Amino acid sequence: MVESMSGIPLDPFYGDGLQPGEYPYTRGLHPTGYRSKLWTMRMFAGFGTATDTNARFHALLRAGGTGLSTAFDMPTLMGRDSDHEWAIGEVGRAGVAVDTLADMEDLFAGIELDKVTTSMTINGPAAISMAMYVAVAEKSGVGRADLGGTIQNDILKEYQAQKEYIFPPRPSVRLVTDLIRFTTAEMPRWHPVSISGYHIREAGSTAAQELAFTLANGFAYVEAAVAAGLNVDDFAPRLSFFFNAHSDFFEEIGKYRAARRIWATWMKDRYGATNPKSLMCRFHTQTAGVSLTAQQPENNIARVAVQALSAVLGGTQSLHTDSYDEALALPSEKAARIALRTQQIVAHETGAASVVDPLGGAPFVEWITDEMERQADEIFDHIDQLGNGSMLEGVYAGIEDGYFVGEIADAAYRFEREVNAGRRIIVGVNEFTEGDEDEANLLSIGHETEELQLKRLEKVRGDRDDDAVRGALAALVETAEQPDVNLMPPIIDAVRTYATEGEIVAALETVFGTYVENAVV
Amino acid sequence: MSDLPADPSLLLDAESEIPIRVVLAKLGLDGHDRGLKVVARTLRDAGMEVIYLGLRQTTDSIVAACEQEDADAIGLSMHNAGHLTLAPRMVEAVAQAGLDVPVVIGGIVPADDVATLIDFGVAAVIGPGASAQEVVSAVSAAVDRQTAAQ
Repeated sequence: MVESMSGIPLDPFYGDGLQPGEYPYTRGLHPTGYRSKLWTMRMFAGFGTATDTNARFHALLRAGGTGLSTAFDMPTLMGRDSDHEWAIGEVGRAGVAVDTLADMEDLFAGIELDKVTTSMTINGPAAISMAMYVAVAEKSGVGRADLGGTIQNDILKEYQAQKEYIFPPRPSVRLVTDLIRFTTAEMPRWHPVSISGYHIREAGSTAAQELAFTLANGFAYVEAAVAAGLNVDDFAPRLSFFFNAHSDFFEEIGKYRAARRIWATWMKDRYGATNPKSLMCRFHTQTAGVSLTAQQPENNIARVAVQALSAVLGGTQSLHTDSYDEALALPSEKAARIALRTQQIVAHETGAASVVDPLGGAPFVEWITDEMERQADEIFDHIDQLGNGSMLEGVYAGIEDGYFVGEIADAAYRFEREVNAGRRIIVGVNEFTEGDEDEANLLSIGHETEELQLKRLEKVRGDRDDDAVRGALAALVETAEQPDVNLMPPIIDAVRTYATEGEIVAALETVFGTYVENAVV
Repeated sequence: MSDLPADPSLLLDAESEIPIRVVLAKLGLDGHDRGLKVVARTLRDAGMEVIYLGLRQTTDSIVAACEQEDADAIGLSMHNAGHLTLAPRMVEAVAQAGLDVPVVIGGIVPADDVATLIDFGVAAVIGPGASAQEVVSAVSAAVDRQTAAQ
């Protein structure tokens, strides 16, 4: 029996009418919520060489983390090797450098891959990272079917917000659907796409835009996968989402509740899904990096705690809490530990996990949930019109005509103007500014990382069988030219020869081309 | 483009002068362009002419834009911890091209690195949380200093 701190027995949920676990899941996906399974405390980590990040992974697991999450460095995210001219100064800085299978082997050394779940935050080259993960696991005797985790693999939001694209949208979506087809057939525990609003919000969108653009992208992937020959109920249960937990507490809770309702309704009514799991909007949440201030950085601990609580009250399945020093640098180990402790306090001390959807039924919470849905519906109508009745085509059109980037930039500037005019208070920035001190213990990544990684890459290139690499890349190009053949098997073959990520990307670019954004303010 | 009217409080009060022309860009792979777009609109509201190059620029492409557009300043946005490597390259490329154009950096730069960047010849570093007024005056002051030094 669950009791309050004072010993009052608590039901799993309260209220008449719609219950948690009932379609359309506004009140949550499960009738017992966090009583049956606490959210996964998944802390994003990655810096330096694979060996450095591997040590951080082991530290997080020892500290009670229950899932791994990998941040890759910019060259890796952009599909470029560490020795590419664009990579200078960025190797291992904002994440870990993974050029070849050898780096992926170091990254997960000593970790039982059938015992943890792993999230890999990568998009443009996601199929390559997925292939490397499968190859590492199989080398260590763990079969692909036993691997659990998530790969972000959400390319559409890259054109809209995060800008880590490589190929143009249509061939990129083919890679996404190839990965969906592959995991659907061979990796039943894997989530092949994490449809992400996080970056849309960080780029400046409103809560409703985050909600609507993200779900629209989700509908687009559903349409693409169905067009590729899959049955909606075969893959939809493995789709998951990733939202931002920003600072406006009730608006965020309304957003999560609306997301569940909209997804369930659309999947059932528009896409004909019948498996209840296809209707369930499962999501990871990360607190809003953009809300963190460089001024009085310790205040960020309080911001993160409140944001984390909104995600939990909104029913998130997993959560990353930001470190208080992230407006200044990559997180130090201490700051990352405090961030994890913040989640543990919410989980074990506040009682927030005792009762499902504890705010459900509150007039304001229900109203703002409805309002989020209403605003999202207006945006869906617009995208649907852009695509003449196809959400996938609507999203492509919105990317091509600058609709998404324009809306996001407008919202960002509007917010900035409000802060600047003092209509919005950011504590420590435009009000209550006394007490700022320089933060002393920032993580700094030296040049040695880049040098180490370049040597490592050179050694791997020297030790491998170049004929095997060339053969694998030629086979890959041949497959890329046949739109109906899945690219995952030849990519796995290529990474096993220790072909670099950059070589695989370059091979695909010969068929797919390279995307260049039309720069608009 | 935004339907917001320009912010009159930002307008520089030098009506008769030729507007300052600023090239804004992201150098390298870093894709965080929210801040740079806000800065672009802010400088435009202040009456400057903004040449927005956007993402994935090289020192060469930025220098070329400066020459073609006869720019008075370069604004670079950096959120990837690569500033100590990339910013000096930009300053060097500007000098090598024989341009007298100040380089202003915005983004996430730890306090300890600001002095290092200034030593490398960066004209100003604008940190997170800077107000629109601070952004405008940092750029116009950098241009004024450069003009005075000529």
